Amino acid sequence: MLRPRIIPCLLVHKGGLVKTQGFTAPKYVGDPINAVKIFNEKEADELMVLDIDAAANKAEPNYALIAKLAAECRMPLCYGGGVTTAEQASRIIDLGVEKVSVSAAAIADPALLTRMAEAIGRQSVVAVLDLRKKTGLFSKGYELCTHNARTTHKADPVAFAQQLQQAGAGEIVVNAVERDGTMQGYDLTLARQMRAALKVPLTLLGGAGSLDDMKALIAACGVVGAAAGSLFVFKGPYRAVLINYPTQAQKDEMCRAALAAHRPH
Amino acid sequence: MIRIVDYGVGNIQAFMTMFKRLGIAAARARTADDLADATRLILPGVGAFDTAMMLLDKSGMRQRLDELVLGGQVPVLGICVGMQMLASGSDEGELPGLNWVPGRVRSFAAQPQCRDLPMPHMGWNDLQLQDGHKLFTDFEPEPRFYFLHSYYFDAEDKADVAATAAYGLDFDCIVARGHIHGVQCHPEKSHHFGAQLLKNFAEL
Repeated sequence: MLRPRIIPCLLVHKGGLVKTQGFTAPKYVGDPINAVKIFNEKEADELMVLDIDAAANKAEPNYALIAKLAAECRMPLCYGGGVTTAEQASRIIDLGVEKVSVSAAAIADPALLTRMAEAIGRQSVVAVLDLRKKTGLFSKGYELCTHNARTTHKADPVAFAQQLQQAGAGEIVVNAVERDGTMQGYDLTLARQMRAALKVPLTLLGGAGSLDDMKALIAACGVVGAAAGSLFVFKGPYRAVLINYPTQAQKDEMCRAALAAHRPH
Repeated sequence: MIRIVDYGVGNIQAFMTMFKRLGIAAARARTADDLADATRLILPGVGAFDTAMMLLDKSGMRQRLDELVLGGQVPVLGICVGMQMLASGSDEGELPGLNWVPGRVRSFAAQPQCRDLPMPHMGWNDLQLQDGHKLFTDFEPEPRFYFLHSYYFDAEDKADVAATAAYGLDFDCIVARGHIHGVQCHPEKSHHFGAQLLKNFAEL
């Protein structure tokens, strides 16, 4: 049986690993290579590494860092940050990365996903959508953001996700901006809506504070990717840095219980 | 020496890293001459079937590989699209495959049982092993591997199937025809499960 994927998501900022809250206030949590080594030992399902400087600064991906991460990583690796062309994506895949994620560049030009799919295969193309819940008195739903949530776009998020899937994305990652770093649980309404609308694998990011939050997500959506930052780098109420990951037995038990509770529509 | 066939496709570095950790001598082969000392072959691959076949043709290694595998009986392990290349052909492309293991590569999406499943097949899945194959020596119960693909191998002679996995249907995810092996999943990215399989291949 295909299992849900439990995915640590690591943010790179100024060469170090950080964790943000609401996409701001980056807190230094350690060295990227060291973190990869720990997740190797813990046998994480997959790893996602996002360079939060590259896109915001319109910088080229840091190939030297990606090469080091890929050489160390013994689990599937998804890299994102600063990728704007299919050639860059090919170069990153050649360094030993399984999947390349794009956000701002694909939102500006969805055909980038088509070119990437032709170059590296659609199974390796990931589109990340940063979505923020609208909070105005008369507004509802979500708005699409880029550039560390400093820019917003008018497009309807669900229809846009479908468009990116059509264009060539082999996976969609939905990142709930206002849940980032809160550890209060995933936005299950958003997750359900996206799962029902999409035919490619879906990964949710933003809000996970415990394995129970992941259990609730999987019970709501079935087999999806459950990604988390804070959960896997902090311990306790004072957010002490401690890289951690569930054991295979803990993961299996959580997934089994969650899938038993899942009712497909 | 294990030679990893580097024809411009696939994650060569991941295999190098894994074999280094296992203490097994391995090196990449970029030319037919590099293949001279091969006692084992790894054929990696990602992306589209036709692109992979075309690049293998262009690499100048194809004929030597045919001689080594079919003439010299050198054990080979095809991985992901490298496994699919062992087949006679693929529904994904036009070009013929290596035709080392009779079979055809088919699309999940074309199968009615898979219609409602997310594609590609992405993530960790269980293998159902056929008993007794040496590739599975010292495997623990419920072995799981990482998959990332939309097409699968359909062996013509089911006696060649060493393991299946379930995704809508039970598909042939490991084939073994004598000294020729193919795995659809990624042992180089499947933690200790994958390390054990690569070690077993090296010790066949």
